[in-house]
Amino acid sequence: MSALPTQTPLPHTVDTAPWDPDEVERLSPEQERFTTASQWRMVWWKLRRHKLAVASGIVLLLLYASTLVSEVLAPYAVDSRNSHFIHAPPQTVHLFHEGQFVGPFVYGYSYRLDMEILKREYTPDPAKVQPIRFFCRGDRYEFWGLVESDWHLACPADGGTLFLMGTDRLGRDLLSRMIYGTRISLTIGLIGVAVSFVLGIVIGGIAGYYGGWVDNLIQRLIEIIRSFPELPLWMALSAALPVTWNPIFIYFGITVILGLLEWTGLARAVRSKLLALREEDFTTAAQLMGASPARIIGRHLLPSFMSHLIASATLAIPGMILGETALSFLGLGLRPPITSWGVLLTEAQNINVVALYPWLMLPVLPVIVTVLSFNFLGDGLRDAADPYR
Amino acid sequence: MLGYVIRRILIMIPTLLAISVITFVIIQLPPGDYLTTLVNEMQSRGESMDQGRMAMLRETYGLDRPMHEQYALWLAGMLRGDFGYSFEYNLPVADVVGDRLSLTAIVSFATILFIWVVSFPIGIYSATRQYSLGDYVLTFLGFLGLATPSFLLALVMLYFANVWFGTSIGGLMDPRYIGQPWSWGKAMSVFEHMWIPVIVIGTAGTAAMIRRLRANLLDELHKPYVVTARAKGLPPGRALVKYPLRVALNPFVSDIGNLLPQVVSGAAIVSVVMSLPTTGPMLLQALRSQDMYLAGSFLMFLAVLTVIGVFLSDLALAALDPRIRLSGGASR
Repeated sequence: MSALPTQTPLPHTVDTAPWDPDEVERLSPEQERFTTASQWRMVWWKLRRHKLAVASGIVLLLLYASTLVSEVLAPYAVDSRNSHFIHAPPQTVHLFHEGQFVGPFVYGYSYRLDMEILKREYTPDPAKVQPIRFFCRGDRYEFWGLVESDWHLACPADGGTLFLMGTDRLGRDLLSRMIYGTRISLTIGLIGVAVSFVLGIVIGGIAGYYGGWVDNLIQRLIEIIRSFPELPLWMALSAALPVTWNPIFIYFGITVILGLLEWTGLARAVRSKLLALREEDFTTAAQLMGASPARIIGRHLLPSFMSHLIASATLAIPGMILGETALSFLGLGLRPPITSWGVLLTEAQNINVVALYPWLMLPVLPVIVTVLSFNFLGDGLRDAADPYR
Repeated sequence: MLGYVIRRILIMIPTLLAISVITFVIIQLPPGDYLTTLVNEMQSRGESMDQGRMAMLRETYGLDRPMHEQYALWLAGMLRGDFGYSFEYNLPVADVVGDRLSLTAIVSFATILFIWVVSFPIGIYSATRQYSLGDYVLTFLGFLGLATPSFLLALVMLYFANVWFGTSIGGLMDPRYIGQPWSWGKAMSVFEHMWIPVIVIGTAGTAAMIRRLRANLLDELHKPYVVTARAKGLPPGRALVKYPLRVALNPFVSDIGNLLPQVVSGAAIVSVVMSLPTTGPMLLQALRSQDMYLAGSFLMFLAVLTVIGVFLSDLALAALDPRIRLSGGASR
């Protein structure tokens, strides 16, 4: 081995400029924004690419926004009866009358009782052109039960009618009732999911963090609850609600019942995520620093899979909405005077309805739209929940 | 295998016990007990019950004892086949339930068969032709099936079956066969009436099963061994059926555990709408009139039916899949 050439050592230099790790490769502001984005921002970016989920989200936002101003949107008050128009079929909106532009209007009904089969027959009468009024005064209502008003987005012409979805057996406008029902049907899912969310996080968190026999016990419990057929159990529990209760209590009772049985899925999701995450280095670090279990779960573990949880919760809501609809349909859920989509559908319990008054089944449309939207949004959220993949 | 079966049966016992506790709590939920309801019932008819008879009944049913003893009595009664007394029918519950439970079992079984038969080809089609037009259409239909309330679907189908095929409305057979001995015509009539509830109850389950089979098969099809098989020139059909499909089929058996409660639930409401002589309408009636022993027994029966169904599916799965048999763990 040849000896190294002996030289005088190079002078020792120290760069006084502050150290910048990105000196070699400068990030453009665009890249910077990307690499420093928070998890939630990345979830949002990924969700935005899922067109169907975004569209569903917008539909749901609109539906929920409508519950804030149901009274204004509905052309009639929730229980204003029109005794002359019982079981009237839906009226269609026209724009042109005899080739002339009139603006949105409906043809009034002329009514005839078929004496042979005692069936009410309504035929659109071309002579009765009834233009729809907008931003108008109509039925009186109490806005959120507080402020009295009579201001509507759209009302029937003076002395005319506007039954865009027909009327029920008391001559009440179905569309207005559907708009009012949105308020109950949509919130029941939210409150129910909030109940099951809390239960799921607490119980699933305990099972996943402690493991061992606690986990085993909770797992068995979940299995037992899941082996009950859901609907009969819901039916039994809601039948046990006292009949004498005030409708508002019944409403909360039903939401709690729905939530009490739905937490199992969420608890399982929480548990499996926790089992994986508690082996991570940051959990060990937190433990070594003396953090309490509650703090580790709440501060370190939960935030790292919150997005997954929200996705699971979104997918749990449609089941509750369908559950409420089924219970109310059977007469075990909400009862009039509370108006929900399920309560409206009790009118369509009879096979005769399908034959004679098929429009009474229309309240199923918002149910389908809502359930589909929640499913699509939930699917999108689930895909976006882990943005690092 | 025998060890697995025994272990599995031993797990079933605490499950059934827990179910009976929950059912008992539900029976006790409404205010008052069975006797106060009975007395009210009699008072409303203008009759009265003398104290002696009431004390006697109270004694027989053990209503004067503390809650846990009542539970023990109820449980012991059930083990002997005495399920309590239905005051609405004035008969022991066991006599009222009769063959309704077996009809429920038949409808549930037919529904699960339907779910398998329909979701099997559709799931394979959707997975092998991912993102094709057919896949999209079927997926959308599946979602629609999940979103439509089954009771309304039942009504509409009932109506069209009547208009198009002249099927009589409601029931599980033509009215003229009720009370008749079994014959070819009666069997055909039952078959003719059965397909609507089966389709309606099965829709949601089918949609879920298709999605699961599709996802599983897609996972499997992207694995290297399938690529190898293709590269070696195995015909596409064989490369699909020989291994990937067999692996992806596990959920067909293991999912009965999830499917069965769902099917029984669906059957409960659909049979109310279609007035099928199954447990659904009677359970609803019992709940409405707070005939809690009858309702509780139904709830108990339905849960036991589900637990036994899950047990059988676990056994079938263990027979199919040695991994479960050996490790003894459930695969869900």
